[in-house]
Amino acid sequence: MEPLSWLEIIGRILYQFLPVWFAMIAVFAVSIIYKRKLGLYGRIFDSTVGMIGFALVIFWVFTAFFAGAFDLVATHDPISQVSGMKNKVPGTALRNPDGDLYPYYLLGGDTLARDVFSQMIYGSAIVLAIAPLATLFGYVVGITLGLPAGYFGGRLDTILSFLANLILAFPVILLFYLLVTPEIVATGIPSYMAAVFFVFPLVFLVVFLNARYHVMPHVRTPMLAIVLFLGLWLYFSTISEAGRGTYVDFWPGALDLFNIPGGVLVVFVSVVFVNSPTIFRIMRGLTLDVKTRDYVSAAQTRGETSWYIMLWEILPNVRGPLIVDFCLRIGYATILLGTLGFFGLGLPPESPDWGTTINTGRKLLSVYLHPALTPAFALLSLVLGLNLLADGLREESLKD
Amino acid sequence: MGLFLLRRLGVMLLTALCLTFIVFFLTNLYPNLEKLAKTQGNFRMSEAAVSSWLGNRGYTRPTVVKYGEWLGVVPGYVIEGSDGETRARCAPKGVEVADAPRFCGVLQGDWGFSTRAKEAAGDVMWRGLGLTGFLMMWALIITVPVALTIGVLAGMREGSKTDRTLSTFSIITSATPEYVSGVVLIAIFASSAVGLKWLKGSATSAMNDATFENFLLPVITIALFSIGYIARMTRASMTEVMTAQYIRTARLKGVSFKNIVMKHALRNALIAPFTVIILQIPYLLTGVVITETLFNYKGFGWLLVQSAGNNDIDVLLGVSVISVIIVLVTQLISDIGYVYLNPRIRIS
Repeated sequence: MEPLSWLEIIGRILYQFLPVWFAMIAVFAVSIIYKRKLGLYGRIFDSTVGMIGFALVIFWVFTAFFAGAFDLVATHDPISQVSGMKNKVPGTALRNPDGDLYPYYLLGGDTLARDVFSQMIYGSAIVLAIAPLATLFGYVVGITLGLPAGYFGGRLDTILSFLANLILAFPVILLFYLLVTPEIVATGIPSYMAAVFFVFPLVFLVVFLNARYHVMPHVRTPMLAIVLFLGLWLYFSTISEAGRGTYVDFWPGALDLFNIPGGVLVVFVSVVFVNSPTIFRIMRGLTLDVKTRDYVSAAQTRGETSWYIMLWEILPNVRGPLIVDFCLRIGYATILLGTLGFFGLGLPPESPDWGTTINTGRKLLSVYLHPALTPAFALLSLVLGLNLLADGLREESLKD
Repeated sequence: MGLFLLRRLGVMLLTALCLTFIVFFLTNLYPNLEKLAKTQGNFRMSEAAVSSWLGNRGYTRPTVVKYGEWLGVVPGYVIEGSDGETRARCAPKGVEVADAPRFCGVLQGDWGFSTRAKEAAGDVMWRGLGLTGFLMMWALIITVPVALTIGVLAGMREGSKTDRTLSTFSIITSATPEYVSGVVLIAIFASSAVGLKWLKGSATSAMNDATFENFLLPVITIALFSIGYIARMTRASMTEVMTAQYIRTARLKGVSFKNIVMKHALRNALIAPFTVIILQIPYLLTGVVITETLFNYKGFGWLLVQSAGNNDIDVLLGVSVISVIIVLVTQLISDIGYVYLNPRIRIS
């Protein structure tokens, strides 16, 4: 078959993204119609910058969702090789097209004869599964430690701030090399760190609910029982890898709901580890600023507990800057993931995530551009979208 | 002020000690040592051979003792190995064990031995640091004027067309990590397939003889990310200053717009970016590691990657000491400089 012209390639790529377009149109239509009732989220649609950013972000979110959950969008399997397609330019037709396979490599083949376009699509699923979740965990850790550090101050603050500064003084890449290499993984340190980090959400949730409802034992006790039961089950399922002989392996396999692939867990933990000190510092600063306000004094005079004041008075009132920073930080986590992939750390070498594919593609960059440029532009557009979204949110929230 | 400096130096020292101990601990975990033994000895060593290799070289003793030796506060080991040879930490090849000094650690100026490069770790590090310093210097020479100009131009008339164009540029560059901008730049300027072929995609030759052709791309790659970031900070600070009361007064007095910007606004608008620029230097370090790997420029960052990949313990420790010092010193400079630039702030 003839190779495709650039126009045909673009047309076919746009066609592949069809479900994404429909989903985006639906989201935009609904949001714009009801934007006055949607609070801060609705106000994104008042600023052009925010809308562009939001469009880029949900483009990748839906791409990742449709590719990861339904195997739509992508044309080929991201790791299967097709003979004769090594390093082929975009739009090359398969040599022996048979009925099952899509007859073209829309964005060419990489050095192992895999489809670059499909790798990018499946890569988005990996990136968008890890980056936001790791940021969220980093936030929970940072908030749980930053609130008391700022609120109580004193020795607790000194110790925690010192630890945070210690981690921040590490060059990020040195930290990655120290945590993610196979030798360190073999010692189990990342697994133990995961066990520590994953307990934070549970602690946070329990303290959060208890602070509010401890005056109503008949509500609090059953609620906490349910949360603890489900939370601990999830926690142990996450950290234990039944039957794999790893370090945290005591939870009976029958109760183990899911296993996280080893590489993903390590990458996840190191991104959380790198992010949480910065969030701790932000949260601490915000708390120091807000704790002198009148409504905090009012709550203190009412005799509320410290945790109630921190979690139900201070935290909701600093959500604005936190939400803006959250968007920026997902972008930063995406960059960190890419850095890990770029150095070949953590995720397996055949993983289609963007960092790893950039790393594979850069080795032949002077001859074949498409294997490295495709994931590079994908990563750039996602991070740019998140930055623009953060800018739009900041602008809109300052308008009050 | 003196007390403040003293306290900061104390915290710095404590941070450096904690950090190097963490690095020391992690690099001295058994799997890492095993890998070291196998790469230094041979890959098919048995378990017993590995442990005797490590034992003969003093690796199997407690971490705290080894750390003390590295630091130079505990006398270096002298071990009569199971193979009959006597080895001492302070006696490199060719020096008699009896002649060796008792202490040889960082405090004595001995950074240890690079097991990868087979030479003194100090030499390897200073060479890498020199090369990286050269790269960083050029990156900063390009970054600072460009970023400040963009920021001031964008911030002086908020919302104008210039502002929007320049802000778009700076937001795009600050969203582009080095491994993306490097790849794109190589594709455009250095690719032999379709690109312009103006420049070279490798900076290996720039280590001895840096020319426009082989050095521009790595410098630009490092500079781009910081340009965007610093320009955004400068713009924010400039727009804030431009709405201040005294600027309005100057306008009402009939001072020309050029004079307002140059004489009234600029000095106050550059205080915040100063801190940002100084604090950007440690972040440049991360960018340097990526860029040096991408362009194969054998500086400090490349050394970090190589020594971490090969578990070259002494070099890795030296690298982390230097990076910590860079981070902490830049923080100190930014604090002190901020006070001098902004007389409203006093260090208590």
